[in-house]
Amino acid sequence: MNAPRNLPGRDEDPDRLYTVTKGRSRPPEHAFDLVTLIVTEREAAPGMQSEHARILRLCATPTAVVEVAAELGLPVSVVKILLGDLLEAGTITARHPRFAPNKARLPDLDMLKQVLHGLQQL
Amino acid sequence: MVSNSSDTVVLAHRVPLRSTAENALKIVVVGGFGVGKTTLVGAVSEIRPLNTEETMTRAGEGIDDLSAVRDKRSTTVAFDFGRITLNDQHVLYLFGAPGQERFWFLWDRLFSGALGAVVLVDTRRLEESWYAIDRLEQHGTPFVVARNNFDGPAHTLAEVRAALDLPDHVPLVDCDARDRESSKQVLIELLRHLHRLAEAQRAVVEETL
Repeated sequence: MNAPRNLPGRDEDPDRLYTVTKGRSRPPEHAFDLVTLIVTEREAAPGMQSEHARILRLCATPTAVVEVAAELGLPVSVVKILLGDLLEAGTITARHPRFAPNKARLPDLDMLKQVLHGLQQL
Repeated sequence: MVSNSSDTVVLAHRVPLRSTAENALKIVVVGGFGVGKTTLVGAVSEIRPLNTEETMTRAGEGIDDLSAVRDKRSTTVAFDFGRITLNDQHVLYLFGAPGQERFWFLWDRLFSGALGAVVLVDTRRLEESWYAIDRLEQHGTPFVVARNNFDGPAHTLAEVRAALDLPDHVPLVDCDARDRESSKQVLIELLRHLHRLAEAQRAVVEETL
C-alpha cells in the first residue's frame, strides 16, 4: 500500500531516512536556513550516531547546511533534523544569515558594497 | 592588492571556509534545463559545484514532512550550488535552480532571503524563461537577465528584451557561462542593480521622514 519505492530520479530509500532521523519527520521550525553556517563546538563522542559524528567532523570549520547535506548525501530536511539534535546538545553553534531581504526591505548599502567589492576581487 | 586566487585552487576534496566566516548570502541562478546554470555557477565558484536535494510536500503549504515521502505526496528536487568567499566574514552561495513551473512551489522555502536572482536564458528557447521572470516579479525578488551566448548572437539584446517583455529597469546582459570573467560580470551587474534599488528605496524613506 504505502510501501516506498524509488522516488522519481532518486535512489534514496525513505525507510533509511526514517532510520537516520529515528522516525522524526519535521525539522525544528525555521531553525536553519540553507546557508546557516554550522560550527562544531565539541568533538564527536564515542558511540554517537554516525551521521552526528560525521557532521561534527565536517563542521570543524564553518560549513553551510546545504554543504553538510551534499557531503552526507542526505536531503536538506533530514540534515536539519540532525543539526537540531546537535544544537540542542550544545555540540554545534549556528551562524545564521544576518538579514533576509523581502519586498519591503532591501539589504543595506554597506552590505551590498561589501559583496560587490568581493566579487570585483575575484 | 590582496588576491585570493591562490587559495581558491582546488586541490583537496574539500575547500574549507575561513574560521571567521559568519554571514552567508544567497544568489539564485534560475533557468530552463540545459541553459548553463551549473556551468555559470562552476565558472565563478571556489568549489566544484555540489549537488543536493530537498523533499517537500505540495499539500498544506509550507509543511515539510518526511512522512509525505512514504505516501508520495512529495516532490524531490535536486539543485546545484557553489560558493565564493567575499572577505573574512562574508560568503556568497550560488544556487542553480530549475525554472520549470512545477518547481516553483519550493522557491519560498529554499530561496527566501536571497539577495537576488540571475535568469539565464537561451535565445533558442526564450519561452522557458517567461514563467521564471513572471514569478520573480510577483515575488518581489530583484533580478537581472543574462543571455548565455553560445555561438554568437542571432538576435540583438533589444529583440530579446522585446521577446521577453522585460521592463526597461531590469538589466539584460550577454554572457558566456563557461567564462569566469564573463560570469563574474553577470553577478556584478546584479549587485549594481541591487545597489541602485537600495539607493532609490533609501531616498524614498528619507523623503517620508
